[in-house]
Amino acid sequence: MAILHIVNKSPYERNNLTSCLRLAKAGAGLILIEDGVVAAAEGGKFSGALKEAMKDIKISVLGPDLDARGISRDKVIEGIDVVDYGGFVDLVAEYDVPQSWL
Amino acid sequence: MSATKKFLFLNRKAPYGTIYALESLEVVLISAAFEQDVSMAFVDDGVYQLLKGQSTDGIGMKNFSPTYSALGDYDITKLYVEKESLEERGLTVDDLMDLKWEDEDDDWAEKDSIIVVSAAELAEIMDQQEVILSF
Repeated sequence: MAILHIVNKSPYERNNLTSCLRLAKAGAGLILIEDGVVAAAEGGKFSGALKEAMKDIKISVLGPDLDARGISRDKVIEGIDVVDYGGFVDLVAEYDVPQSWL
Repeated sequence: MSATKKFLFLNRKAPYGTIYALESLEVVLISAAFEQDVSMAFVDDGVYQLLKGQSTDGIGMKNFSPTYSALGDYDITKLYVEKESLEERGLTVDDLMDLKWEDEDDDWAEKDSIIVVSAAELAEIMDQQEVILSF
């Protein structure tokens, strides 16, 4: 069963992303939404962890949440897929089990 | 619809500070009543839910930790605790409640409900679930 992990909190404030990356298996997906999108910006403390994770899991970020927070799409780590709400729905449908990290 | 599904309740919050831990227990018991294959995982501050010696007299809240001892009677016998989360907090399995269940297929032998697993093992367990509920 492939899991779609959903992270909606900033990794600078909470450990959701860190725990998610620790427990995500190869073949899983991860989408960053709401405050979680700040992790997707290049040059941050979590860039290295995301790049390492990208070898095994597919990472996406919700574009409208980037835009709302003034994070330019040019600043998103290369290889992270910027999706709109429709793309988010497609991801939920594509994976077997959604897992929201509270 | 009478299909049995594999449910995992993922608990990541300490008890009493928020309502998550208690709500998780409530939903776990409800799902067991519907005869689902239920297991629980305790990660991050969720491991504090299982500490023995909880005493809430001083804070005016109900101590719901004894409820975990009853889970075995509802066929909830798999309580996975992530080793990394325990270690990070300076805890070992000896700090946790001694939770047992009776195996009717093995002459009612008492067995441990708490299973300490590594992050890699828990990732595998999560991957086998049909439904994961986060608390």
